Amino acid sequence: MTAADSRAVRLELLRLMLKIRVFEEKIVSVYPAQDMKTPVHLYIGQEAIAAGVCANLRAEDYVFSTHRNHGHYLAKGANLDGIVAELYGKTGGCSKGKGGSMHLVDTDAGCMGTSAIVGGSLALGTGAALAIKMRGENRLSAIFFGDGAADEGTFQESLNFAALKKLPVLFVCENNFYATNSPQSARHSVPEIYKRAEAFGIPAAHPDGNDADAVYEAASIAAAHIRAGNGPYFLQCDTYRWKGHVGPDCDFEKGCRPRAELDKWLERCPVKTYQARLLKSGGITEQELAQMRARITAEVEAAWDFAKKSPYPGPRELLTDVYK
Amino acid sequence: MPWTKVPIDKSEFENTLGKEGLRGRSYRQALLEAQTQLLESDPSVFVIGEGVDDAGGVFGSTLGLAQKFGKERVLDIPIAENGLTGIAVGAAICGMRPVFVHMRMDFLPMCMDQLVNHAAKWRYMTGGRLNVPLVARSIAGRGWGSAAQHSQALHGLFNHIPGLKIALPATPYDAKGLLISAVRDGNPVLFCEHRWLYDFTGYVPEEMYTVPLGQAVTRRKGGDVTIIALSLMVYEAVKAASALEAEGIDAEVIDPRTLVPLDEAALLESVKKTGRVIIADTGVKTGGASAEIAAVIAEKGFEFLKAPALRVGSPDSPVPASPELEKLYYPGANEIAKAARALCGKK
Repeated sequence: MTAADSRAVRLELLRLMLKIRVFEEKIVSVYPAQDMKTPVHLYIGQEAIAAGVCANLRAEDYVFSTHRNHGHYLAKGANLDGIVAELYGKTGGCSKGKGGSMHLVDTDAGCMGTSAIVGGSLALGTGAALAIKMRGENRLSAIFFGDGAADEGTFQESLNFAALKKLPVLFVCENNFYATNSPQSARHSVPEIYKRAEAFGIPAAHPDGNDADAVYEAASIAAAHIRAGNGPYFLQCDTYRWKGHVGPDCDFEKGCRPRAELDKWLERCPVKTYQARLLKSGGITEQELAQMRARITAEVEAAWDFAKKSPYPGPRELLTDVYK
Repeated sequence: MPWTKVPIDKSEFENTLGKEGLRGRSYRQALLEAQTQLLESDPSVFVIGEGVDDAGGVFGSTLGLAQKFGKERVLDIPIAENGLTGIAVGAAICGMRPVFVHMRMDFLPMCMDQLVNHAAKWRYMTGGRLNVPLVARSIAGRGWGSAAQHSQALHGLFNHIPGLKIALPATPYDAKGLLISAVRDGNPVLFCEHRWLYDFTGYVPEEMYTVPLGQAVTRRKGGDVTIIALSLMVYEAVKAASALEAEGIDAEVIDPRTLVPLDEAALLESVKKTGRVIIADTGVKTGGASAEIAAVIAEKGFEFLKAPALRVGSPDSPVPASPELEKLYYPGANEIAKAARALCGKK
C-alpha cells in the first residue's frame, strides 16, 4: 500500500486543496469592494500541487515561493490570520502590512518569504539548502516556481549549483503554460522543462499537476531521495490557472487565452475530481465533506474578521524594518 | 591616534608608528586577518566567490583560507554572479553570514537583481521578520589599461537603494575593523575596496576589533577648507593638504568610511567650522556619492557655506584604456589642491 492510499493522507490532501479554494474564492468575492489594495495572483486550479507537495513536508522544512504564493503558504500550515491581514495592509499582517499579497512570510511554518521577481526564489531556496547542508540539519528546502522562471538565468544557475553541491532542494515547477500572457510555446524550445533538470544530473518526475495523489506520490519519492542525502530532486507538474495572471477575473474574454483551452482544464478541476474520487472510494461521506467545508469556511471567515479589526500601520512604521 | 593615521607609504609607517613598536600590516593582510578571525570565531561565517581558494587568493586577501578552514567554508563557485549572490542571500536569510568576494566591482552589476530586489528588501518586505546578513566584498581596479569593465568604482550606484549599507575602507585599520563590523551587522553590506590600497601599510592590532559603521574619522585637522574624501581619495586628500599647508591653506580631511550610514553630523560639523567643502570620490561625479554628499550639505549646512561645494571625481565617460587618457580620467591631489585654492580665493 502506498502512502497516498491511506485515508488520513487523502483527507489531508482534500482539506488542503479545499482550504486554498475557499480562501481564493473569498478573495474573488470581496475584491470588487476595492478595500483589498494589493495585486492578487490567484492559485485557483493549481491546488493539487501545493497540497501534494506540502503534505510531504515537515514544519521545519523551508518553503520559498513566488508572487502566486497563497496556496503554498496555506498548504505549508502558515498562519491564516497573518495572510488575510497582510492582504489588507494591516499591522496584524504576516509582514506587518509591508509586503502585501506578493510577499508573505511565516518563519514558524518555514515560509521564508516570497519573491515577485521571476526566478528570484530559485536562488534563495537553493541558498537555504546550502545553509542546511553547512549546518548538517535534518530538513529540506522546497522551491515553488512557474514555467516562466525556467526562462531565467537563476533557474540554470540554481539547478547547477544544487546538483554540484548535492543540496537538499526540492524544485517544484508549476507549469501552467503561461508567463503572464506569453504562452510556453512562444518561450521554450523544448517543452519538457524537467529534461533540463536531468541535464544537470538531477532526477526528475513529471506527475499530473491536477491530480493530488500523483503529485503526492512523486513528492514522497522526491522527499525521501533528498532526506537520504542524495541531493536535489525536480518535479514538473503541469496545470492551469483559471484566473488571469493577476486579479480576480478570468482573462480569456480579453483574448489572452482561448476559451476552449480553459474549458478543457475546468473539467479537470483538481478539487472536484478529488472529492469525487474520495466519495466514490468511501474515503469520505457527503456529510463529512460538508463538515470539512464548513470548518474551513468558518476558519477563513474568522481570519477575515481578524484582518478587518487589525489597525493600519502608523506613520512610524514607514521607516522601521529597513535596517536591522 | 594611531588608528586614524594615514601613512602615505610603507616607509612613512616604518619611520613613525612602526618605530613606536606598533604593529604594521598591509590592507590585504588586514582583510585576510579579519576573515581568518571571523571564520575562527563564528561558525555561521563562510567565504564564497570566484577563485577565493586559488593560488592568487583574490590579490592575497583570501590566501590560505581554504587550506585552513576547508573548501566547505571557503567556496569556489561557478561563474554565475547573480544566481550565486541569490544563493548567498538565501543562506543569509536562514542565519548564515556569507562574505561574497568579487575580484572586480564591475561584476556587481551582474548581481543587481539579487542585491537590489532581494537582499536590500527582504527585511522590509517581511516586516522585519527576516534579515540578510550578507557582505559583498568587491574591488575597484585602476590603471594598466584595465579599461571600462575592470576599473569601475560603482558604490554611488548602490547609494540609491535603501536597505543596503556601503563601506569604503581607506586604511588597513579600517579594512579589518569595518569588515568585522559588516559581517556582524546583520544587514546586507557592500564592502567597497580599492586595488591600489592593497599595498598600503598602517597600524593593525592583532586582536579582533570593530570600526562602527556610520562613524566618520578626521584624518587631518584644519580650519580653512573641509575635504571629504572616500577610499583612495583619502590619501590624495592628505597629500593635497600637505601641499596646501605650504601655501598657507589649512585643510581638514574627513573620511566618512561608510556611505550608508553616512555620518552627516561629523561632515556638517567640519563644514560649519571651515565654511568651505570639497568632496573627493573615486567614482564619477554625476549622480554619485559626491553628488549625494554635496546635496546633504546644501540641504542641511547651506548657512555654513562661504562658497559653493566643489566635487572632485571622474568625468562622465567609461574608463579609458590608454595611459595618457587614464591620466586625464583620474583626478588626484593636484585637482583637490586646485579646488581648495579656488575656494580659498588663492590661485
